[in-house]
Parts: sequence; structure tokens; C-alpha cells
Amino acid sequence: MSTPLIEVKHLQRFFGPAARPVRAVDDVSFTIEAGETLGLVGESGSGKSTIGRTLLRLIDATGGEVRYRGEDLGRASASRMRELRSKLQIIFQDPYASLNPKMRVRDILGEVLDIHRLARGPGQREKRITELLELVGLRADQASRYPHEFSGGQRQRIGVARALAVEPEFIVADEPLSALDVSIQAQVVNLLCELRERFKLTMLFISHDLDVVEYLCDRVVVLYLGRVMEVAPTRELFERPMHPYTRALLAASPRPDPTQPTVRIALKGDIPSPVDPPSGCVFRTRCPHAIEACAAQRPPLEAVGAHRYSACIRHDILAVADTANTVNTPEKATLP
Amino acid sequence: MPATTPQDAIRPRLKVEHLSASFHTDEGVVPAVADVSFGIAPGQTTALVGESGSGKSVTSLALMRLLSRNARARVAGQAWFVDRKGQSLDLLAVPEKTMRGLRGNEIAMIFQEPMTSLNPVFTMGEQIAESVRLHRGATHAAALAQAKRMLELVEIPAAAQRLHEYPHQLSGGMRQRVMIALAMACEPTLLIADEPTTALDVTIQAQILELMRRLQAQTGMSILFITHNLGVVAHHADDVAVMYAGRIVESAPVRELFAQPQHPYTQGLLDCLPARHRDGPNEAGSPRRLRAIRGQVASPLSPPPGCAFAPRCDHASAACTSGMPELLADEAGAGLASRRFTRCVLRQAPLAMEHAPA
Repeated sequence: MSTPLIEVKHLQRFFGPAARPVRAVDDVSFTIEAGETLGLVGESGSGKSTIGRTLLRLIDATGGEVRYRGEDLGRASASRMRELRSKLQIIFQDPYASLNPKMRVRDILGEVLDIHRLARGPGQREKRITELLELVGLRADQASRYPHEFSGGQRQRIGVARALAVEPEFIVADEPLSALDVSIQAQVVNLLCELRERFKLTMLFISHDLDVVEYLCDRVVVLYLGRVMEVAPTRELFERPMHPYTRALLAASPRPDPTQPTVRIALKGDIPSPVDPPSGCVFRTRCPHAIEACAAQRPPLEAVGAHRYSACIRHDILAVADTANTVNTPEKATLP
Repeated sequence: MPATTPQDAIRPRLKVEHLSASFHTDEGVVPAVADVSFGIAPGQTTALVGESGSGKSVTSLALMRLLSRNARARVAGQAWFVDRKGQSLDLLAVPEKTMRGLRGNEIAMIFQEPMTSLNPVFTMGEQIAESVRLHRGATHAAALAQAKRMLELVEIPAAAQRLHEYPHQLSGGMRQRVMIALAMACEPTLLIADEPTTALDVTIQAQILELMRRLQAQTGMSILFITHNLGVVAHHADDVAVMYAGRIVESAPVRELFAQPQHPYTQGLLDCLPARHRDGPNEAGSPRRLRAIRGQVASPLSPPPGCAFAPRCDHASAACTSGMPELLADEAGAGLASRRFTRCVLRQAPLAMEHAPA
């Protein structure tokens, strides 16, 4: 593959006064290949959603660039951007807040078709709306209902249908499951899997739920305080996390299995303020392996294996990743 | 610390029997909780698990008698609580005055959202000291000193200074620590924790769970842990009661529940967790799918006849719609029988139920 579908280079988004900005996203780079699902994980304030929105220019970047098939989205005109939005779509976290309560489902979906001139005549419009509803497991006769008449899971299905209405190539899924109950989550996960295969979708899947990310994604980017800590193929990341933050994050999320040992090491302290991030490595204030040198300079994101990158100067720690993470995956500890 | 009498070891700290709570609404009577029975041994944690609307929070509020008066709730059943003196009290029947003496004293509660459960216009020190003054009759100065000890107990840095600060000056995790400090101020014997870590990030959640674990080990209090997070349940509960549509459908010691779920809903709930699919059968080739529970919870205003889960259940038969199955002790468990209960016709007339252990 020569040009990745999405290329993010040194993306930066600061909010507030230039003198003391909130550094929501600070020098983030990654690529997404066509057909790939990339996971974006991190705790609150790590910049996940800001990145998702910046990719579609729902908010503008303050630095760096986002390229779609090589085209710099930051330089695209408003009309070009509108065109591009038929290729780039988003599913939002809160299915209650992201659907207009005054619009019937027919109009929520129809509006998209109108804007992008995807339906010729009312007959075709109606047919397409029916198609979309059935695609996400809803019935055609539900088209004249309002969002409040649906449950959370059904509303999220409407959100998915709206994103799919333009037959996009790329979808940002911004925590699409976190407002849903477990049994409904599974239904929506299956729906996303099915649609992804059927339409060969490329996805940026934003989530704080590591289990879902492990299940759905091909590769994962781990964020902390607006910066990339580690990038790795999913399986390798979960089996052999290298960055100390990734390890802590994996260790802290309890697995639904009482026979696994309960991990007792928690990270000390809170996430620092993005207004005043620590010098050097932003994670050093909570890192159990921090040394003086960590404060001196920002660690670069370096290749640490095939398709693996980590931003940590403690190479000696990275090297012993196999043994250090035995608490999380004991069955893997014996592997060479 | 009160001396523990020999009975304490046998008698459950709390024994809830046939608790029900229904609300009268304009659209009709909503039976939010029905026929809920479970127990918590001293020093143990019982988790109440279920999805939204399953009745977890109503159960805890009914036990604390905190359901608001204008909700016109009808509460029935018994909740036998053993106090520090070894006296058995029915929480649902004692006079309000006795209840006031228990709340925040012997029984404390922490909630999901610490910002809305702390008073924004009082300093944290005053809020903690209030319960110490009320229940212990301590002087203002002594109560504040106790408040400071409590903040130290929950590992809040610079406790002496934080004592005079307001809730908005703290992060979410620190606020939840303050909530716990408040709850622990009078050394409760029962702590009801209603989704205490749901609003927190995982690394902070781990800190709070570790703190609760330590405090339980130090004080020997019992915990009623209400949550929807099965990962947290797996590691922090001794017993689990699974709720569906207002009723307990299954209760069991934690390891047994995860290893051999008996009720189809519990089985479905565990099956749809992505984490339990990682080494599942659908690897290469066939498309990866979770085993989702189809459909959704029925409206409490028009419950299905018989078992509430029947419309979503793959094992449902005619017997399921004829009446609500009883919550019955598991015969197979022999010695452990008293800690394993299932509400399902399949358990009453055992059929071969194939269930691939995850």
C-alpha cells in the first residue's frame, strides 16, 4: 500500500489563550490503511475525541495536517469539505444528544440524502431510508417515529444508519458503545462488524473500553494527555504492552474472570492538567520507571519492533516487557 | 471497634427477604423491584449486578429508606440488619428515628457521581464532621480532628489543607475518596456502594477499589456493591446476585457464577463480553461475532407473562410463560446449596442445557 487512506502528521489542537493553552492534542501522528480499524484508547482528557473531530474538520487543527488519500483536509475549501464528508463520517457517543429530537427518523436520514443529492425523487428517497433502517436492524414502519420513541441501542442504530447513508469510506466511531448496556453493546458491536465487512469500511474506533478495542481493532494507538504513548498491532499490544502507561492501563482494567489474579498495582495520583503538562515525558509524574532524564526531553515515538512504536526512553524497561506484564497475561509468560 | 460476638460469624450482617418496591405513575404501577432476597455475611462483599432499569439502585435506596416520599413507593418485605450490639432490626419496619441513627452511622452509602452527592457550599471537613457530631456527639473540634484522620485514611494528600476546601477543588477520583471518607467516618458495619467507580477512569477506578478493599480488611465491614461492570465484580465480590427486570434471576459465590452460570440471562450476559471471546472459536475464516442477547428489556408497565426474560431467551418454552419461576436453591450444590439460587424453570425441571464454558 503506497498512500494510507488517512494520514495524520504532527496534529495539534490547543484550546484557549495562546499564552496558556489547554494542550488537548499535542504532536500526534498515525496512519490508517484502507480497510483497517484503528483503535484510539486513553483516559478522559487524553485527546481521543478531539482527534476524532479534528480528522473530519468538525473542529480545526491548530497545527499539523490530516490527509485523506493524500489530500490535505486543512486546505480543503468549505465546498470541497462538504463533498468529502460523503466519504468521511462519524458516529457519536451519546445517542440521546446526537439525534435532533424534533425530527422524525425519516427526516434525520433523509436530510443526509438531500444534502449530498443521493436520492432522485421522493420514491427513491423513501426506498433508501427503508434500506438504511433495515440495514441496521430497524423496521421500515419506524421511520415516522421520533428519537425519544426508541431505546438507547436503537438510537445508536439510527446514528449508524445516518453515518452509512452517504456510503462513506471512513467512519470515526467516537465511543459508540459507552452509553449502552452490556447486552445491547454486543448487538451494536456485531452490527459494526457486519457493516464493516459488507462495505469494506475503514474505521477509527475511539474507546476507553479495552475489551471492545481488543475485539474490534486491527491496531491500537494509546494516548495519554494528548500525546501518543504507543502504537502496535492489537494482539501484540495486549499480549506484550511495552510502554509503562500501556501496561498500567491494561493492568488496571479488571477482566471478567475471577480466576485471574487481581492486579494490585494501581497508578498513583491523578492525570496532570493539560494546561500545565509535565516537562519531557507527560507520563513521568505517574510512571513507576521514571528517571531524571525523563524530565529533560520529550521522548520521540520510536520503532521498537515490526509495526510497533513506543515513546519511552527507558529502553531497558521496554526490553523486559515479557516478564514485567505477567500479572496481566500469565498464560503468555512462558512464551519465548 | 465493637467486640465481635460468636454469632457475628454465622449471622449475616444483612438478610433481605422478599423485598419489593413499586411506584405509582400516571401510566400505571411500575414494579421496580420484586421478591428480592439475598444476604451479606460480616466482612464480605455481595455484588448486585444488572443492566439499567434492573432495579439495583431502587433496591439500595429502599433498604436505606431513601426513596423520595413523592415517589409514592410501596415497599414490602423484610431486611434484617444486625447492628453493633448484635441486635436484629428490620430496616423496613423500624421507626424513622431509629433509621436516622443507623444511616451514616452503622450503614453508610456512596454514590456514582461524587460531585452531586457532596454539598458544594460546605467544606469537605464540615461535611465529614457533621456525621461525627450527629452520631458520636463529638464537639466541633473533635469532629474536625476525626474528619482529618478520615481524609488521611483515604490517602488524600495534604489532608489538613483539604479539610477547608470545597468539593469543586478536587478531581473526580479525589472526590470519590472524600465520599468514602464521609461514609467511613462513623465506622459503618455495612457500606452500600452504588456504582462507586462508574464515573472514573480505569487507573483511578483501580485506586478506589484498592482503597475499599483495604478499608474492608481493616474494619471488617460488609459491602453491598452495586455495579454493571462484570470485570469489577469478578475481582471484588464474594457473592453475586444478578438482577433482571426487578428480580434476582441468579445468585451464587463469584467463582461459581462465572464458571457455571445457570440462568440463561447470566449465561447470555457473560457470553456477550468481548473479553470472554478472545480465545473463542470464531478465530480465522468465519466472521467474528459476539453472542449477543437479542431484543431488549420489556417495559415494566407491560411485563411479559411468566419469566421476564422469556421473550429474549433461547431456551424459552411454554412453561416459561405460565407463571413467574421461584428463586430456588440449587440442589446439585449440596453443601453450598444455600449460596446458589436460580430463578428458571429449566432448573426446576432440569433439561440438558448445552452451554460452552468460556
